Amino acid sequence: MANIPHLLIHDRRDNVGVVVVEGLTAGTDMLCVVTEDNSELRSRCNQDVPIGHKVALKDLAVGDTVIKYGEDIGRVVAPIRKGDHVHTHNLKTKRW
Amino acid sequence: MNLKNRTIWGYRRENGRVGVRNHVAILPLDDISNAACEAVAAHIQGTIALPHAYGRLQFGADLDLHFRTMIGTGANPNVAACVVIGIEPGWTEKVVAGIAATGKPVAGFWIEGNGDIATVAAASRKAKEFVHWASEQVRVECPLTDVWVAAKCGESDTTTGLASCPTVGNMYDKLVPLGLYGCFGETSELTGAEHLAAARAATPEIREKFMKTWTAYQRDVIEAHKTSDLSDSQPTKGNIAGGLTTIEEKALGNLEKIGKKVKYIDVLEPAEHPARGAGLYFMDTSSAAAECCTLQAAAGYVVHIFPTGQGNVIGNPIMPVIKVTGNPRTVRLMSEHIDVDVSGIVRRELTIDQAGDLLIDTIVRTANGRYTSAEALGHREFVMTKLYRSA
Repeated sequence: MANIPHLLIHDRRDNVGVVVVEGLTAGTDMLCVVTEDNSELRSRCNQDVPIGHKVALKDLAVGDTVIKYGEDIGRVVAPIRKGDHVHTHNLKTKRW
Repeated sequence: MNLKNRTIWGYRRENGRVGVRNHVAILPLDDISNAACEAVAAHIQGTIALPHAYGRLQFGADLDLHFRTMIGTGANPNVAACVVIGIEPGWTEKVVAGIAATGKPVAGFWIEGNGDIATVAAASRKAKEFVHWASEQVRVECPLTDVWVAAKCGESDTTTGLASCPTVGNMYDKLVPLGLYGCFGETSELTGAEHLAAARAATPEIREKFMKTWTAYQRDVIEAHKTSDLSDSQPTKGNIAGGLTTIEEKALGNLEKIGKKVKYIDVLEPAEHPARGAGLYFMDTSSAAAECCTLQAAAGYVVHIFPTGQGNVIGNPIMPVIKVTGNPRTVRLMSEHIDVDVSGIVRRELTIDQAGDLLIDTIVRTANGRYTSAEALGHREFVMTKLYRSA
């Protein structure tokens, strides 16, 4: 099952991907697939990340925009390193 | 088989519409008539009561919506015949007349001056007559595209946008051009993707109508009542547990439901009957599952597709709700609620195109009579949308 991806990325412009396996542990060398064109890349995750949660594909600073689906999904509110878990602790809506 | 020639076995109703279920509904006009309706349904086998919370002292647009939902529910082609019970004759007869316009058997009863017991007795006799009649209706072969199919997602997570919503979108991309009526809603939950939703309107006029509707919801509902950034409500706690962080992210996944190509041809009021012919429609609805499904059924949709990530268990009393998930954990933990497992998409074992075909097969089987998980488990959530407090 070596070719089952750990992480899926919607769009080549995205700076986050989604964990699609259960029990992903810190330090895993993830197989990442961009669903738009089925291209592959490898990336390491820094924490244990639950299925469905996001991992950063690059370093992000406070105020940066997180991109998923090639679109703006909110702003960074705490510094993010490549491989970090991205969720409510470091990403916030620009709406409401 | 060529999709264009695909058929299902359904009930061709008096007005030409196709139903996939054959309910005899016992419909309360108002909250205080629920007990009588439930008594009739308990007595007469083959009937279903539709209790709800409202119907008294409503006025204006809220009252209009109440009548539209009541009449639309009774008129739905999945309902063979309908008994309406209200507290008084005026509004009861208004609902009866609205349902009767479809040509189906319908009768109204009222409680004032009669009491519950006499009303239940009279309504039970009529319901029994309707059950005999309805149970002799036979399914006939109908084009698949005569089955109106609505969609709404719930307890979404990031797999919804990767797998289950694109599966629904693929189905709409395949069937709407062949003449299917589709419907999506969830006005507030398009926030963050409203520009993309607007761009999918068929004409500049429809686009403007969509933006007007979306903006009004933001202004009159969200901005008027919010006490925080809604981070406890939208996304929901379940969404957040599933990895969704912001409303923008949720909205972008949600919008995958309308596929890549199809454009919507009108913006409907809640529970409004689509009147521009076959095509995809947007309906102004809440994003709460039971409210949205109830409105879509009242608009005449007879099958519902419900993509879920974390495992929403919603059903509807008259409209089969097909659950689709792409989350392997949800498949593992909540399999009894899932009708279509598309988790192969996230393992790259199943393409979106194959998943769309799988969903179409499930729509056909469900339309032919196969129970959905929600039907087998007895989920009958019937929730009226209320616009503001009663007088």
